[in-house]
Amino acid sequence: IKSTKKHCFGKLRLQKWYTATAERDKKKMVRELMQIVLARKPKMCSFLEWRDLKIVYKRYASLYFCCAIEEQDNELITLEVIHRFVELLDKYFGSVCELDIIFNFEKAYFILDEFLMGGEIQDTSKKSVLKAIEQADLLQEEDESPRSVLEEMGLA
Amino acid sequence: MPAVSKGDGMRGLAVFISDIRNCKSKEAEIKRINKELANIRSKFKGDKALDGYSKKKYVCKLLFIFLLGHDIDFGHMEAVNLLSSNKYTEKQIGYLFISVLVNSNSDLIRLINNAIKNDLGSRNPTFMNLALHCIANVGSREMAEAFASEIPSILVAGDTMDSVKQSAALCLLRLNRTSADLVPMGEWTARVVHLLNDQHLGVVTAATSLITTLAQKSPDDFKTSISLAVARLSRIVTSASIDLQDYTYYFVAAPWLSVKLLRLLQCYPPPEDAALRSRLTECLETILNKAQEPPKSKKVQHSNAKNAVLFEAISLIIHHDSEPTLLVRACNQLGQFLQHRETNLRYLALESMCTLASSEFSHETVKTHIETVINALKTERDVSVRQRAVDLLYAMCDRSNAKQIVAEMLSYLETADYSIREEIVLKVAILAEKYAVDYTWYVDTILNLIRIAGDYVSEEVWYRVIQIVINREDVQGYAAKTVFEALQAPACHENLVKVGGYILGEFGNLIAGDSRSSPLVQFNLLHSKFHLCSVPTRALLLSAYIKFINLFPEVKATIQDVLRSDSQLRNSDVELQQRAVEYLRLSCIASTDILATVLEEMPPFPERESSILAKLKKKKGPGNLPDIDDARRNVNGSTEHSENTEAPKKSSPSLVADLLPTNRPRPASSSPIMRSAGTMGTTHPFTDLLNLNATPSAGASLLVDVFSESPAPASVDVCEENFLRFVCKNNGVIFENQLLQIGLKSEYRQNLGRIYVFYGNKTSTQFLSFSTSVASCDMLKTQLNVHAKTVDPLIDGGAQVQQMLNIECVSDFTDAPVLNIQFRYGGTLQNIAVKLPVMLNKFFQPTEMTSQDFFQRWKQLGAPEQEVQKIFKAKHPMDTDVTKAKILGFGVALLDGVDPNPANFVGAGVIHSKCTQVGCLLRLEPNTQAQVKMYRLTLRTSKDTVSQRLCDLLSEQF
Repeated sequence: IKSTKKHCFGKLRLQKWYTATAERDKKKMVRELMQIVLARKPKMCSFLEWRDLKIVYKRYASLYFCCAIEEQDNELITLEVIHRFVELLDKYFGSVCELDIIFNFEKAYFILDEFLMGGEIQDTSKKSVLKAIEQADLLQEEDESPRSVLEEMGLA
Repeated sequence: MPAVSKGDGMRGLAVFISDIRNCKSKEAEIKRINKELANIRSKFKGDKALDGYSKKKYVCKLLFIFLLGHDIDFGHMEAVNLLSSNKYTEKQIGYLFISVLVNSNSDLIRLINNAIKNDLGSRNPTFMNLALHCIANVGSREMAEAFASEIPSILVAGDTMDSVKQSAALCLLRLNRTSADLVPMGEWTARVVHLLNDQHLGVVTAATSLITTLAQKSPDDFKTSISLAVARLSRIVTSASIDLQDYTYYFVAAPWLSVKLLRLLQCYPPPEDAALRSRLTECLETILNKAQEPPKSKKVQHSNAKNAVLFEAISLIIHHDSEPTLLVRACNQLGQFLQHRETNLRYLALESMCTLASSEFSHETVKTHIETVINALKTERDVSVRQRAVDLLYAMCDRSNAKQIVAEMLSYLETADYSIREEIVLKVAILAEKYAVDYTWYVDTILNLIRIAGDYVSEEVWYRVIQIVINREDVQGYAAKTVFEALQAPACHENLVKVGGYILGEFGNLIAGDSRSSPLVQFNLLHSKFHLCSVPTRALLLSAYIKFINLFPEVKATIQDVLRSDSQLRNSDVELQQRAVEYLRLSCIASTDILATVLEEMPPFPERESSILAKLKKKKGPGNLPDIDDARRNVNGSTEHSENTEAPKKSSPSLVADLLPTNRPRPASSSPIMRSAGTMGTTHPFTDLLNLNATPSAGASLLVDVFSESPAPASVDVCEENFLRFVCKNNGVIFENQLLQIGLKSEYRQNLGRIYVFYGNKTSTQFLSFSTSVASCDMLKTQLNVHAKTVDPLIDGGAQVQQMLNIECVSDFTDAPVLNIQFRYGGTLQNIAVKLPVMLNKFFQPTEMTSQDFFQRWKQLGAPEQEVQKIFKAKHPMDTDVTKAKILGFGVALLDGVDPNPANFVGAGVIHSKCTQVGCLLRLEPNTQAQVKMYRLTLRTSKDTVSQRLCDLLSEQF
């Protein structure tokens, strides 16, 4: 998997690149891809050839999830990579919606990182991935419990 | 499960995000962001040291702003500081920022590497994971250098936690992809292979990915993985669906791992060991059997996961290409999918079948699905699926079904999507040629192609049909008759006119016996199209006419009249005019014998690989195009070519074999000779020509040139159009025509300059043999050094390449260097020359000075030869701001309050050259009172040539 990204009607919510790409090219690619993917109709197939890559995408409510994979990669299993990621988000946020991803974008990144690394699946078990995230959250809560709201306001 | 309340952790961040979301307009959003950026910047710069939490929050905000698509140019240092925090979340945000925002060659890499080193050594698995993730995410060479040797030991150490092992494996994989040379092979590789036996399926999954990547590069080192992978696969496919607990996905046992193991096995040929081989065959059979079982769930995830494994198994079967039963079973399975209601499966089935078509064992089985595939072509609603159907038809084509497939493709072409028309045209042209038993069918097919999709018929295609007709005597009469008939159509495509002109010019005599296609009728028919055609086609038609004069003396007078007409002899196009003049002279002066020799029928072309095939290969990339030559040889045996006189079919290394003279390097001698024939007039115009004809090959090469389309690059006008626009600016477009755009970015410091030249290919076709050179006149060569870096010889359609020019000003100069550009576009040599905007004023350094200083120096430079003055009319409206900007752009400092009259402009600067520095003062006085707006420009420098040149340059700007 070369890159994954997801966006909603023209707005990119999350992007992750697994090959070194210049910032300018990234923007160009994202723009191009959005145009292509958003133009596709519901019954069309989820795969398309783009440059020398294959694009696998799936729509969940208002969010599109896209992966760019290489010629010899397996399209169907990539489709399920997307689904598993959505399941993970869903489980973590409790019926995930776009707002969760907007407001907790850093968490969405952590989940993606736990699941995919360097473009390859790190662990396919839902339990293992969530366990890792939960542990991190526990650490986070210990860190932050003493902070008061007033302090927050002062800093905001 | 932790309850995630919105904004837990960082309230400030949540407030900010809400604010942004509440922004009604883009402007409001940008305003809010800028405010926030200013706030963060001041916090980071503030005297008060920020605590970790605040740092984290601000870094996180920056990240959010970046993700909204804005550039972030600070905060990196704070993020790096977070890395060394002991608090997990701070560290985590720090790493996140770095992996999203730090590109691989940032200056901060060393600091980051230090933090990573600490975390890797911390023996805290969570920290180690963060560090490994960061290495994998950034994946830079510096990181590979720092850690590539450390990670293998983490991976294979006995006491490493499973989750760290997984991260280490994938981290190593990433480093191997980015800088394989830095990842040392060694004793650890054997131990990595044994991770395939690990208890933890997550570890096995990560390890399989790593081993696959490594095995692709050095298969011998990882041979032992074959047996372990087969054993693992076998255990998975025979397990009950619940055995693997959390690794079962919608009732499919470990689909990801299965796919990966099957991919790993595709790095190797079938196992040699018989037992292992049969165990693998069993696995594959089991997978194929499972496809026939009723689904365990109606969910699409179940079928996707199951079929993902199935398709990967089929890939392995195709890769091995050794078990006929498996291949045929696979083919039948795909046949079922061809009619499946899931679009995705139909798409994949068409794609996989394409590769199966090239196997000798399954080619025949694939062919049985032809009707379904043709149906797909007609009924699929998704163009990407139809594209796959075209590919499959192409791959399954052989002599037995060629006529049907070509006919179907032709009829599909009438309605095909524009995006894939050109490719279909190429495919039809190739199939028609390859499987033509009788060449009348071939000629018909190509003419149909031109009729249906003329715009998409590239030069290669119509070159090829001409080549074949010339090489095959049996089809020449038919071709002449057919093009003659096709040309009768009231509106025919220009490509048809080209083919028609060429073929009738060569073989029109074969149908001239029929009074309905008598020479005069043929000529009138061709000439009726003449005025509708582009210059290259007209040039080709003119050549056809001179050939007519040779073939049919009875129309000579008519054609001479045409050539003699003003529209030809005085045509504004050089090439057309030259042809008309030369052909007319040739027809008047040369004897019948000479004419017959010069205008002899074209000799057969040497056989080469079809350039159409080359073009298609290039279009699709070598991997994507099943080699139908090989396929056919396997399937139908070696008899295939026996009736086909076109012998060489194996791919030759030089794919872009040129067919026609236009693509061939022009024989140097031929062009000037034709030219001399035209210009030498009545003296001895044909001596050279005749001498040349004495050598057998020269006649041919002369004819070659008759059909060339491009004027010789004798002299190209230098484009100066935009030159003066660059006097006061450094960047912009200097040249643009229909093919090419040339942009410049320049920077100058003292006597040195650098220009980045950007060549943009505006077409969709590649430019070949692209080259440039910079020429200066002899005098300029001593005054200005220009050094051009090399430029890429290929520019893909739509692409841009960059070239750097380094410039040194030795002494003051007046002339400007010329940039010459040459390239081939669609077989035609293009020559462009552009005057480079390197002017003396570019080497200005502005000088600020007081009023007193200014007038003192002004007086010192009072000698008459030091001053140049010019009074000129304003070409543009007088606008103080614009004028100021231009003077600043010119390179001098604009001095306020020097001139007693505030409406005047005064500037000062120093021109830097290697030899000297020339101080320079200028004064511009607008006269706004006069009826015609005028300026007076005065320049004083210590050198007369400099004063003159600067005055000339600047006076053109207002």
